Amino acid sequence: MEEATGIKSIIRPENLFYKKTKLMTDNVLSYCPGCGHGTAHRLLAEVIEEENLQSEAIGISPVGCSVFLYYYIDIDWQEAAHGRAPALATAIKRLMPEKFVFTYQGDGDLAAIGTSETIHACNRGENILIIFINNGIYGMTGGQMAPTTLPGMRSSTSPYGRDVKVMGNPLKMTDIVATLPGTYYVTRQSVHTPANVKKTKKAIRKAAQYQKLNKGTCFIEIVSNCPSGWKMTPVESNKWMEENMFPFYPLGDLKVPEEKPVK
Amino acid sequence: MEKELRLMKGNEAVAEAAIRTGADGYFGYPITPQSEILEYLMVADPYKTTGMVVLQAESEVAAINMVYGGAACGKKVLTTSSSPGISLMQEGISYIAGAELPCLIVNVVRGGPGLGTIQPAQSDYSQAVKGGGHGDYHLIVLAPASVQEMADFVGLSFELAFKYRNPVMMLSDGAIGQMMEKVWLGPQKERSKTVPEWATTGKPPTRERNIITSLDLNPARHEIFNQKLIAKYNEIKEKEVRFEEFQCDDAEYLFVAYGTSARVCQKAVQLAREQGLKAGLLRPITLFPFPSKRINELADKVKIILSVEMSAGQMVEDVIISVNGKVPVFHFGRMGGIVTTPDEVVENLKSKIKGD
Repeated sequence: MEEATGIKSIIRPENLFYKKTKLMTDNVLSYCPGCGHGTAHRLLAEVIEEENLQSEAIGISPVGCSVFLYYYIDIDWQEAAHGRAPALATAIKRLMPEKFVFTYQGDGDLAAIGTSETIHACNRGENILIIFINNGIYGMTGGQMAPTTLPGMRSSTSPYGRDVKVMGNPLKMTDIVATLPGTYYVTRQSVHTPANVKKTKKAIRKAAQYQKLNKGTCFIEIVSNCPSGWKMTPVESNKWMEENMFPFYPLGDLKVPEEKPVK
Repeated sequence: MEKELRLMKGNEAVAEAAIRTGADGYFGYPITPQSEILEYLMVADPYKTTGMVVLQAESEVAAINMVYGGAACGKKVLTTSSSPGISLMQEGISYIAGAELPCLIVNVVRGGPGLGTIQPAQSDYSQAVKGGGHGDYHLIVLAPASVQEMADFVGLSFELAFKYRNPVMMLSDGAIGQMMEKVWLGPQKERSKTVPEWATTGKPPTRERNIITSLDLNPARHEIFNQKLIAKYNEIKEKEVRFEEFQCDDAEYLFVAYGTSARVCQKAVQLAREQGLKAGLLRPITLFPFPSKRINELADKVKIILSVEMSAGQMVEDVIISVNGKVPVFHFGRMGGIVTTPDEVVENLKSKIKGD
């Protein structure tokens, strides 16, 4: 059978162009089908492996869908209380400046309950990387309105659509932190197409390299989908994200350092 | 290096002792009556000498979470605050207890509730000893009664915190924090280079990854973890009870008091004895674990026990439990930032003896 289809003849080292990073564990991801978290995790793990940072990396996982991030990437982890990851990261990096320290936070964690910790860590210019997954909804708790929920967007706590007169406008945290002198590199990316995946990986790699320069906070927003929370198929959710999220949260760099990263 | 004699405020003594004991980091937010600690550290600038990190956080919430982050790296870290700030820290303290992280939290207590007053009080006893944050946990709680103990208990706190992987609270008050006394300071110690095996310092190829978390969604496993914590607290109760007795040998009337109230009661014992009343004082030094066993033994010998606290009566509940009905137990205390006088204490004892 294999001989007939020629599979065995194709599975050869010289034909290998992609393999799972060693840093991703074999634990089954807790995410819904089509969710962007898994891709973002993989990119992070790949960069840590490729930049040889496993023994330097200390990650801080949030409260939200990615609370169990520490099960999936084989590095040292701290689990923070809801929104407090940048405070943990601040102390870790100050006490051990030679380490690679990053947080991975959702929009509820980073832009609602953790607004203060986020803004002040960025404003102090802590030499950390903050990865911000923005899917405009509280996924883990069942699809409630987030600070980043779009005007008119439905959620379980904005069932008739977000009424900005009553519920306030969505908060563009990435735009806010880009204005702070403490941030060094601020960008907004996505992971819903192969081209965007490449760009996001490049951004994470840059941030990892910038951290060695001790220039300040690197902040990467990844606009992501939430098929379950948005009550759509993965394909529909990606289309909806392109049509609705991207106009409000445009992809691209918000702050780019002039200096070139160290090799 | 020899010990050094200095005249200092209790707050300053905490700061200086933290540097000398080789602390790795301090994270705090200004609040009266303890802001001298952060100010002293900023002036001393120990990063240049010992490498100790000192950072003013944006809030008490951030400060305690910085402590979490530092403690999870196996570092000797502390924060200090006063009552309203300690209330803000309760979330972080619960997480620190749940993640079994060693650290020191100093509460220079002021009157409450709410903003209350900036004057000294002992009304945070229950918060410190019974929990404060959510979940079944205990802090080890030390109660200094002098500037000397404010200094000495910094090192002791770290010792206990790392021995049991448990947060330690030093429950002081605005009087001890603000008053100046002579204090013997120990020599400068090196910061520890030992990395605890559980610490998150970056995963070398030689070990599994370390994860610091308080989360476990598996009920059976989580109950086992809860039981492990209880076993730890029981061991602490067994081994770490500390107290001091003052003229208890022949005492017929026993004061139980800690911190500033214990200082007042020491004088009250003298005054009472001058008036023919054989009084004694038991001063708990650890509030958790509480010296229940010793108080129960003394209850066999005395007629009345008076718990003296600058609160509405919080520790008295633990005294009542310890005495278990053997003799009458009463509470006396002033509130609102007022420090009880020795005369008031003796008068109150007399009225209790008369049965008023």
